[in-house]
Amino acid sequence: MAHHDITLPVDEAAVRALRAGDTVTLNGTLFGIRDANQIAMFDHGRTTRFDMRGGAAIHTAPNVRRVARSPQYPAGYAPVCIGTTTSARMERFTRPLMTQLGVRLIIGKGGLGSDSLGAFAELGGAYLAIVGGAAALETTWIEAIEDVDLDDLNPESLWRFRIRDFGPLLVGMDSHGGSLYADVAAQAQARRADALAALGVHS
Amino acid sequence: MKIDPAAVEEAARLLYIRALKILPDDIKQGFTRLQAAERSATGRRVLDTMVRNIAVAEQTDNLLCQDTGIPIYNVVVGRGVEFDGWALKEAIASGVARATREHPLRSSVVHPLTRQNLHTSCGTRIPVIHIDFCEAPDCLTLEMIPKGSGSENNSWLKMALPAEGVDAIKTFVVDCVLSAGGKTCPPTIVGVGVGGTADLCVHLAKIAATRPLGSHCDDPQGRELETQLSNVVNTLGVGAQGLGGDATAFAVHVEVAHTHITLNPAAVNMQCHSARRALARFTPAGVAYE
Repeated sequence: MAHHDITLPVDEAAVRALRAGDTVTLNGTLFGIRDANQIAMFDHGRTTRFDMRGGAAIHTAPNVRRVARSPQYPAGYAPVCIGTTTSARMERFTRPLMTQLGVRLIIGKGGLGSDSLGAFAELGGAYLAIVGGAAALETTWIEAIEDVDLDDLNPESLWRFRIRDFGPLLVGMDSHGGSLYADVAAQAQARRADALAALGVHS
Repeated sequence: MKIDPAAVEEAARLLYIRALKILPDDIKQGFTRLQAAERSATGRRVLDTMVRNIAVAEQTDNLLCQDTGIPIYNVVVGRGVEFDGWALKEAIASGVARATREHPLRSSVVHPLTRQNLHTSCGTRIPVIHIDFCEAPDCLTLEMIPKGSGSENNSWLKMALPAEGVDAIKTFVVDCVLSAGGKTCPPTIVGVGVGGTADLCVHLAKIAATRPLGSHCDDPQGRELETQLSNVVNTLGVGAQGLGGDATAFAVHVEVAHTHITLNPAAVNMQCHSARRALARFTPAGVAYE
């Protein structure tokens, strides 16, 4: 189980070096994505001016405060509380994120499914697990909201964050077919019969 | 005892913010118990991060989780309490909108068809308000629960048949926990409604999911069921965040209602590890927050 320090954007070789169970700390730029902005981009044909090639995208819709633009608040937003939402709702957007926008790392909680696992193997990507609900802590890893696009969708805008020592995150899914979520789900399913027997259910 | 709507508005505002920032003591104690029992190294790391987050939220006066949830208010009214019900409802919504605008908080509420966000955390029939009554003369309590979507999205109703018996309910609960995996931000409180009609059964599951840890079902058979299920769910190995380990749930809570002779309904609703809630008690002496 290796640890990787990654400065974004990242190239394919560095992503392929990640293995499920490894840990990662990120620095640089992070994009905040969400249901509404992905529906807008991939279902309704809206485009973004952000260059996300080699980038990392996090499933989030933050709490923010509108403030005057300044060097500290270039987008006119101060972070209040930024945390991570459930990834599974956005499973079908993994491929377009990678093929159309060039995203290589997806950060979320709860894991993604088999189609995403296939996309990571084929295109060179990985899923990094953050502890969901730990948003007060996560907010301390975000230095600034650098920019915002598709802001009519607020709070589900497309956000660009400047991050510092973001993590450590756990590699939940890698580009070699490894998925901690699939492993845990299979092991839990295998324990189902014993659990039901302990409850006196014999089917 | 007369209730001033302005005091209710202020309490509704403050309770929303308090609930988002301060985790109840029973949940903190629940974490301590799960940390002591956890055998997986990953599970221990995840639980430690969650506990660290609670401390950071308190130190930085920040929200525990970015999900401000659907605002739910449970109002319990004593026999000697006088209030204008419509004014109370308006006051709660106004308090929610003020908290959202003034703190500010993310408005997590949209119209279901247009997806339009009013940026008030309010909308048609939102906040959710449940009103119940108690025998005590001079007491009105306002409990606020911000219900996050990760756990709410994993909600189920099964209209089992009478011939399938209690076994169907037990199997259903185990399968819901397996299906939820890490999506509900475990460790969770698994709320189980048993009996009633379809609507009452789902409501009971929500009551069960948001009940304090250490509390028990009033019904003896319901209590036995929650003990059995609580013991079993943590043998499944789903673990904190679905990454494996022992800490799948703090507990399974069950609530029971009588049902129709031809019904055998069960519902499951889950509360994530950030099991937030806050309560205000109105008495003739004033408003106290718990």
